Amino acid sequence: MKILVCISHVPDTTSKINFNADQTEFDTNGVQYVINPNDEFGLTRALWFKEKQGAAVHVVNVGGSETEPTLRKALAIGADEALRVDQPATDGYSVAQALAQVVKEGQYDLVIAGRESIDYNGGMVPGMLAKLCGFGFVNTCISLEIDGGSVTAVREIDGGKETLKTTLPLIIGGQKGLVEESDLRIPNMRGIMQARTKPLHVKTGETTGAKSQTLRYEKPTPKQAVTLVDNAEQLINLLHNEAKVI
Amino acid sequence: MPILVYAESDQGIFKKSTQELISFGRAMADQMNTEVVAAVTQDASSANLGQYGAQKVLHLQHATLANFNAESVAEALSQAARATQADIVIVSSSANSRYMAPLMAMNLEAGYVPNVVGLPSSYGPLTVPHNVFTNKASAYTALQSSIRVIGLSKNAYGVHHYDTSAGISNYSPELGASSVEVTSTDKASNKVMIADAEVVVSAGRGLKGPENWAMIEELAEVMGAATACSKPVSDLGWRPHSEHVGQTGKPVAANLYIAIGISGAIQHLAGINSSKVKVVINTDPEAPFFKAADYGIVGDAFEVVPDLIQKLKEFQAQNA
Repeated sequence: MKILVCISHVPDTTSKINFNADQTEFDTNGVQYVINPNDEFGLTRALWFKEKQGAAVHVVNVGGSETEPTLRKALAIGADEALRVDQPATDGYSVAQALAQVVKEGQYDLVIAGRESIDYNGGMVPGMLAKLCGFGFVNTCISLEIDGGSVTAVREIDGGKETLKTTLPLIIGGQKGLVEESDLRIPNMRGIMQARTKPLHVKTGETTGAKSQTLRYEKPTPKQAVTLVDNAEQLINLLHNEAKVI
Repeated sequence: MPILVYAESDQGIFKKSTQELISFGRAMADQMNTEVVAAVTQDASSANLGQYGAQKVLHLQHATLANFNAESVAEALSQAARATQADIVIVSSSANSRYMAPLMAMNLEAGYVPNVVGLPSSYGPLTVPHNVFTNKASAYTALQSSIRVIGLSKNAYGVHHYDTSAGISNYSPELGASSVEVTSTDKASNKVMIADAEVVVSAGRGLKGPENWAMIEELAEVMGAATACSKPVSDLGWRPHSEHVGQTGKPVAANLYIAIGISGAIQHLAGINSSKVKVVINTDPEAPFFKAADYGIVGDAFEVVPDLIQKLKEFQAQNA
């Protein structure tokens, strides 16, 4: 089984979000980047398939050379090979086009992406990729078992979960639940050393027409200071008369 | 060209988020001098979707649409969009819509923007405000395709009332078999879902142990609220993962969010800050949540919460 894990290179979850002076671009100054958390759950599940079922695990990112340390981290925790498609990740549609090319050329059986990246929160790449490849698709996947070509997956739905049956090839939109938080791996020295010599291929991207363009960003207006109250009675009074939510 | 709205329903009930979606579509349609068509997959004859602004109701009829399947719904809506010549399709931020919309967008070669929080700032090209960086910022994005798909955030627009009467017509899409088959669904029927809740009562490690959750559940019951929890609480196994709200958990966009014994890590706040009114109850006045909240009580949850339950019951008795 050949697995491709799509890795978004995103600001660390504790990053302060700022934009350039004319509010058109994210300000990367002083920002630490990490593997998108939803992707990391998927990568860790893929490594389980590598260890238990002999799968080959490749990772891919669509972006500039600044994303390579994030791909090296994925190699350090156990992926076999990395590929970077050298093109700016402008919108979900164009990223899906670039990834579809990679999936076709690499003849992958299973593609795991995160349900969404924590920067642009589009959550559209896995579904669009499924359509472009003609593969089945399970989103918000919290459990994935593969037996030969047949797949049992559990999807989180509003207020519960549902179990699905499908077959490979397949695209997964993954999240916490594919593995637990405690299963996530921290690169050790041996892994980091090995990652240096593992292949990290760079493929020239083709500029495939984006369907959307972000014109400007805005930070939320600073909110008013908290109103502190002494007891439940005062709180109920304010929620009823001032906030009008009860 | 009309605007098509995917009007989701659950056992014939059109939830508030669907009503909101129709009202949002109507506001856009009025601006664009066109009309809004509510596409339904279940019988809507008794629902009167006109009161939320729908001018037409299109009942998509096919045996495979009886239960939700993302591929089938995406295909049915795509065909309906083509048949009605709609050039804008609006969907909600439910788990099902988030699953289906990218498939539909690809069918229609449409640009898609989810997490939309307001009416377009421009209609040519269509430019919409939406949340990014897990609600830490917003962006204005222009859609350049001929058909556009918009995903509206819950509670971003509100339900508006109209006197429209919407005629129902039927449409039969041609659907093949889906590659993904649902074998079982496990849904709590008697609990308020976080996704639909007006009020969410959430608790963290300050509660000291899973055995202390009875008062949280009682408070939620009194308020008709959903229960939720912080990430450490779900990681410790005190509460199920399905209750974890925050960046890697569920997003919350409730009218009222009450955080009890939650310090307010940036990842938690990001996931809940689309909620309108936030209340924090915490012993530590330095907890970061106090900076994000509208109302706060510095106090011990074990004293404040039972008192709050008692006073809420009295309040409800007076206002009944």
